[in-house]
Amino acid sequence: MALATQHPGLRWLPYSLAGAAIFLAVWSLLPQAGIVPSALLPSPMAVGKTFFELTQEPFAGYTIQQHLLSSFIRFASGFGLAAAIGVPLGLLMGWYRWLDRAVAPIFETIRFIAPIAWLPFAVLWFGTGIGGPILIIFSGAFPACLINAYRGARLTQGFLIEAAETLGAKPRHIITEVVMPSALPSIVAGLRIGAGVGWQSLIGAELIVVSSGVGYLMVQGQGNLATEKVMAGMVAIGCVGVLIDVALRAAERHFRRFEQA
Amino acid sequence: MLRQETRVPVWLPGTLSVASCIGLWVVATTFEFVGPARLPGPKDLWESFEQLMDPGYAGGTLPQQVWFSVRLVLAGFAVAIVTGVPLGILMGMSRRAEALINPAFLVIRPIPPLAWIPLAILWFGLGNGAKIFVIWFGAFVPALINTYTGVRSVDPGLIAAARVHGARPWHVLFEVVVPGALPLIFTGLRLALQASWTALVAAELVGAFYGLGRVLMTAARDIYPGMIAAAMICVALLGASMTYLLGLAEAKATPWRNR
Repeated sequence: MALATQHPGLRWLPYSLAGAAIFLAVWSLLPQAGIVPSALLPSPMAVGKTFFELTQEPFAGYTIQQHLLSSFIRFASGFGLAAAIGVPLGLLMGWYRWLDRAVAPIFETIRFIAPIAWLPFAVLWFGTGIGGPILIIFSGAFPACLINAYRGARLTQGFLIEAAETLGAKPRHIITEVVMPSALPSIVAGLRIGAGVGWQSLIGAELIVVSSGVGYLMVQGQGNLATEKVMAGMVAIGCVGVLIDVALRAAERHFRRFEQA
Repeated sequence: MLRQETRVPVWLPGTLSVASCIGLWVVATTFEFVGPARLPGPKDLWESFEQLMDPGYAGGTLPQQVWFSVRLVLAGFAVAIVTGVPLGILMGMSRRAEALINPAFLVIRPIPPLAWIPLAILWFGLGNGAKIFVIWFGAFVPALINTYTGVRSVDPGLIAAARVHGARPWHVLFEVVVPGALPLIFTGLRLALQASWTALVAAELVGAFYGLGRVLMTAARDIYPGMIAAAMICVALLGASMTYLLGLAEAKATPWRNR
């Protein structure tokens, strides 16, 4: 145990390496040994090769970078909208009791609808171009943005607000100068959760209605029975998801440090 | 935190906002400020429900479609519990198992469950197998992560105390570790249940022969807003009632937390 506490990662590293090796070996050997047809489960090498080809030759209209870019633009617009509305609304609900009581029943009802179930109306109202997918991402990311801003505002220390009031701050200033900074870590955590749900909802929307983006690439791959293209799409989705999460995690750490200072 | 006190009665803002939303909806659809091709009115909604109940829509009546979807969710959710919770306990109890399994888990985890749908269709076709696979996937990850966190959060002192008093590993597991982790396990199950519904609706939207997602997709193709809204209400109600039932189960399984 002493060694483990001194070098927590080191002691179990052989096991992790073994785990990774077993995972890759099983994945490569299953199709190679003919246990699973390689048309259904291409080996990691084949997926990597296809991924590289997709960056060079267009499939389903575009190269994979272009698909990723159009997915990401949709994601950024929908997520930005959700944050721009959800965070201020959550903060205000944390501050004004009447607003909380007015919005909560509607919000709690709508929240039970899975984001992807908005798809038919999203298409009907805003079309399949960029408007419809934005609504889907919005409905995925919005609840987490609002709830965490609300919680953050509610957890603001009472004495800080009292101090600001004693010094003659107006409610508007208390919200921007006291409540918002103290709620920041919770807000950023909410943005991270919302980004994850929004990204996944976008993929769902792209599978069904949209005619560009990584989800569309995967559906086309599925239609052509090209399993390796589908899996290359999954790899791309996973990587972008991780990158978004890493960026927001860095922001979260930054604000937590700021909070302690 | 201190909040702005107002003289408004507690019930007033909520009632007002709900009433004005419903009022706005009724007025906008009755006087057709918003056309019936975009937003269904109360009458359209009612008629859609009637049609869904009696002759049925998209290949079945409402109870048939609901039963079809609920069955799939329950099957996928059950498989996810049976696989995710024990694996989470194993990874929480044994550092070795954690280090061994983690690499594979780290590769698979960032891929959202909905991104598995095309692969699931390639592997299992458009039938039930693909849906159960996608639901299992969506529910498995939160079930495992929360179980693992729950097991790790059990006070090591309690485990040591049980060992000192001569408890066998099995007793430590079932009398100390599992009860201690139970609140977080249930948090995981609640997240898993929500993920199951999302995955099912998405999988049925992509391709299905029956189910509520199929109703939703057929209504979208027919540009039939009343039916779209009816199907959405059904999905939301079912999700809410299953979450409620899980809450009841949680209260039963962890009676010490109710006090």
